[in-house]
Amino acid sequence: MAKLNINGKVRDIPAEGEMPLLWAIRELAGLTGTKFGCGIAQCGACSVHINGEVMRSCSIPVSSLKPGDRIVTIEGISPNLSNPVQKAWLELDVPQCGYCQSGQIMAATALLKKTPRPTDAQIDAAMTNICRCGTYQRIRQAVHIAAGNAAGAKSAASDSVKI
Amino acid sequence: MNKIIGNTGFNASRRGFLVGSLAGGLSLGFNLPLTAKQAETPEINAWVVVKPDNTCVVRIARTEMGQGTLTGLAQLVAEELECDWKKVATEQIMPGQNLARKRVWGEMGTGGSRGIRTSHDYVRRGGAAARMMLMQAAADQWKAPVAELTVKEGVISHAASRRSTTYGKVAAAAAKLAAPDPKTITLKDPKSWTIAGKPLKRLDTAAKLDGSKIYAIDVKLPGMLIAAIKDSPVFGGKVQSFDDSKLAGRPGFKKVVRVKDTAVAVVADTYYHAKTYLAELPIVWDEGENAATSSATIAALLKEGLESAGPDNGGRKEGDALKAIAESAKRVDAVYSTPFLAHATMEPMNCTARVTADRAEAWVPTQNAESSLASLSEAAGVPLPQCEVFRTDPGGGFGRRGGGQDYVRQAAEIAKQFPGTPVKLIWTREEDQAHDFFRPISMMKGSAGLDANGNVTGLHFRISGQSINAFSNPGNIVGSKDERQLQGLWKEPGDAQLGYTVPHLLTEYMMRNTHVPVGAWRGVNTNQNAIYVECFMEEVAKASGKDSVVFRRELMKNHPKHLAVLNAAAEKGDWGKPLPAGVHRGIAQFMGYGSYSAAVAEVSVSPAGKVRVHRMVLALDCGIAVNPQQIAAQVEGSVAYGLTATLYGECVVEKGRMVNLNFDTYEIMRLAEMPKVETVIVNSGGFWGGVGEPTICVVAPAVLNAVFAATGKPVRSLPLKNNKLA
Ligand code: FES
Ligand code: FES
Repeated sequence: MAKLNINGKVRDIPAEGEMPLLWAIRELAGLTGTKFGCGIAQCGACSVHINGEVMRSCSIPVSSLKPGDRIVTIEGISPNLSNPVQKAWLELDVPQCGYCQSGQIMAATALLKKTPRPTDAQIDAAMTNICRCGTYQRIRQAVHIAAGNAAGAKSAASDSVKI
Repeated sequence: MNKIIGNTGFNASRRGFLVGSLAGGLSLGFNLPLTAKQAETPEINAWVVVKPDNTCVVRIARTEMGQGTLTGLAQLVAEELECDWKKVATEQIMPGQNLARKRVWGEMGTGGSRGIRTSHDYVRRGGAAARMMLMQAAADQWKAPVAELTVKEGVISHAASRRSTTYGKVAAAAAKLAAPDPKTITLKDPKSWTIAGKPLKRLDTAAKLDGSKIYAIDVKLPGMLIAAIKDSPVFGGKVQSFDDSKLAGRPGFKKVVRVKDTAVAVVADTYYHAKTYLAELPIVWDEGENAATSSATIAALLKEGLESAGPDNGGRKEGDALKAIAESAKRVDAVYSTPFLAHATMEPMNCTARVTADRAEAWVPTQNAESSLASLSEAAGVPLPQCEVFRTDPGGGFGRRGGGQDYVRQAAEIAKQFPGTPVKLIWTREEDQAHDFFRPISMMKGSAGLDANGNVTGLHFRISGQSINAFSNPGNIVGSKDERQLQGLWKEPGDAQLGYTVPHLLTEYMMRNTHVPVGAWRGVNTNQNAIYVECFMEEVAKASGKDSVVFRRELMKNHPKHLAVLNAAAEKGDWGKPLPAGVHRGIAQFMGYGSYSAAVAEVSVSPAGKVRVHRMVLALDCGIAVNPQQIAAQVEGSVAYGLTATLYGECVVEKGRMVNLNFDTYEIMRLAEMPKVETVIVNSGGFWGGVGEPTICVVAPAVLNAVFAATGKPVRSLPLKNNKLA
C-alpha cells in the first residue's frame, strides 16, 4: 500500500513498491489521461509532474515516492481547460489522434513554469516527447502562444496557402 | 463548442461532454439499441438526427484517428443540411448497427485516404435529403408551397406569411415523412459552400486536452480482467510449452492462456501484473522453418529478383526501353533499396472483449470496424448479428488497424475462456514492434538512356520485393500480376499515375515474398516507389546536365496536373533562388490516392555527416479541399512520419524475428528535428482526391535529392542513418 498525493488528493493506493507510477495512476487511481506508449522512458506519453518537474511515470517505481511528493496528472492541470497551454492547444487545433497530447501538455506546462518565455532552442530541448501524428510544428507554435510570445508563434506558424 | 456524442458502449466520463455549451442531451448507455434513441430524438434519416434544441447530430461511419475526417464529413453533411455549424454534434455508427440496417451507412473501412473521397456523394445527399424533409414538414404545417420557403442556419422562413420556425421544432414531423426521390436531390456547387471548404476548427479537440478522451486502452468495465500477450517471436513459429507453476498464488494472477498455436497470454487483475508475469513465464517455442532468415538472406532474395530472367508480376511495356537504353549516348544505372517499417502507432494494439455463448462484444481502436466485427464473430464463434464492436477513436492508425484485426481475434480467443467477463488485451510496445504488418521491403534497379542533347530516350524500373496482396488479399492478384506494388507508376490517370512520358518505358514487378507479415503503411507503395522514381530521375537529371525542375518539366507535358503541383512547390519553395551557405535544395513529385503531390526540401549536411532538414514546402492538389486547415495538419504530419522513415526507419530481421523492439532502437523523429513546413493547396476543383496519405511519399525523395545536391553523391539505401555522408 502506498500513500500518493495525486492532483492534491492523498490516496491509499494498493500498489506493490516496484509498480511503476504510470500503472498506479492508470489502473489503481483510475486516472486514464496519462498514457502508456513505450514503458522505457522514451516517448513521454506517460509524463506527469512530480513536485513541479516533468517525469516519465512509466519508469518511476511507486516505492521511490514519498507521501509528501506532489504528483500532478493531465486531469489536474486545470478544471476547465483554462491553463494557457490548453488554450493555445485548442486555438491551434494541435492534437491529431490526441494520444500523445497529455504528455505533450505536461511537458509544455513544466517548461513554461521554469522558463516563461522559452526560445526555440529551449523548446527543442524540453519538448522531447514522441508524436507519431507529427504535430510538432503546431506544438512549437502553441508553446510560444501560451508564453505570450507573438513573434515566436508567428515564425513557427504553419504557413499554408490555398491557390 | 460542438459536442461529440459517444456511443462506445460504456458510460464515458461526463466531463468531456460538460466542457461544451451543449451539456446535457444524450447519454448513451450500454447497448442502447438505435430504436430507443430514435424515441428520444427524431432521426430524419440515417445521417441526420435533429434534437428539439436544434442540435443537429451528424452520424459518422468512418474512423477518426487524427486525420480530421470526422470534422470534414460533418462539414459536408452540414453544408447540404443548411444547419447552424455551432449546433452540430457527431455520433459514431457501430458496425453491428450498420449490419442491422443493411449497411445504410455504406463502407466503414478507413484506409487508402478514402474517408471523404469515396463517401462525399452519399453523405452530402443524406444532408440534402434531411434538409428537404425538414422544409417539407414546415411547408405542410403552414400549408405553404415548399418552393416558397427558405432556410438559413437551421431556421426555416416563409417570407410571404412572415413565419419562421426551426429545425428542432419540425424535426418530429419531418421524421415521419418519406425520403425524397433521389432524382430530386441537387447538391450544391462547391463554389457556393459556406461550411465545407472552410478552414473550420476540429470538432474533437477539447477532450484531447484534459485526459478525458477515452481510447480503447482506457476502457473500464465492471469485473474486467487484463491480459498481456506474447506471440512467437519468429513469424510462423508455435508455442511448444510453457511453465506457469511459479505464477500460482501471485497477487492478481488468474491464468495463463494459450492463444491458438502461436501465442501465450497471461491474464491478471491489472496490466502491470499481467505483463510482469508474462515476462517471467518460461516459454519454449518451436521456431519453425524461418528461424534462420535474416535481413541478409532477404536482401539476397530481392537481388535475385533484380537479376532474374523469370517472368515479371506486372508492369508496363511501351516501346523497347532496353534497346533504346542500350543504344543511347549515355546511360545511368543504379540500385535502390528500402527496408521493412513498423507503424508504431502511439496507442499500442489493444482490444477489450466480452464473450458468452450467444453474445460477443469488443471495444476496439479500429480503422475498419466491420472487419473487427467479422473477426470478433469468427474468433468468438458467435453469429454476426449477436456481435457488436464499440469502436473508439484510435491513437493513430496509419494502416495498422485495418484489415488484419489480429489483436481483436486474440482478445476474443482469450475472453472465450472467461465467459461473461470482459478481458482487455494490451500489447507491450515490444509486442507491437515484433508483430506488425510491416511496410514491405523492396529493391529497385533503374536504367535510363540519354541522347547527346541530354534527352531521355528510355527508362527501365524493375522493382523486386514483397507483395501486400500476396500476404493479405491473394484474390487481388490477377493471374500472376500484382500491379498494386507498382503504385505511382501506373499508366491509367486518376489514381496513382506516373507523371512522366518518355519515348520508351519498361516497368516490371518481380514478386519476392518473405515470411514477414506485410500491410498498408501510410502512403503504402507510393513511399518506396516515389523514392525509386524521383531519386533515380534526379540522377538522370544530373547526368543530363539540366536543372532538376527543367528536366522534369520536359517530361511532364502530358501531365498538366502533376506539372502544376511541381510548379507550385518550386515557386513557393523558391526554386533557383539563392540559399544560405551550406543549405541545398531537393525536389520531388508523385501521385497517389487520386491526389498530386510535390515537395521542395532545404537541407544541410554537417561536416560530421549529420543531416538537418530546415524547411519543406509541399504542394498538394486534392481537387476539392474540404478543410484547408486540416489538410495543412495532414501535410505537416506526413512530413514528420515521412522524415522519421527517411532518417531512422528500419526493422531489421535476425534469426527470423524483428529486433528493433522499442523506441530506443526504432528511433522516432522528435520536435527538435521538425523542419518548418509550408503547405500549398492547389485547389483545382473538379475531383475528389485523398489527403491523409498522398504527400508522405514526396518527403523522402525531396530530402534525399537535397542530400545528393549537398554531397554530390546519391543516397540509394534507406534509412539515411546507415549512410556515411561525411
Ligand atoms: S510510456 Fe513512459 S516514456 Fe513512453
Ligand atoms: S497527436 Fe497522435 S501521436 Fe501525437
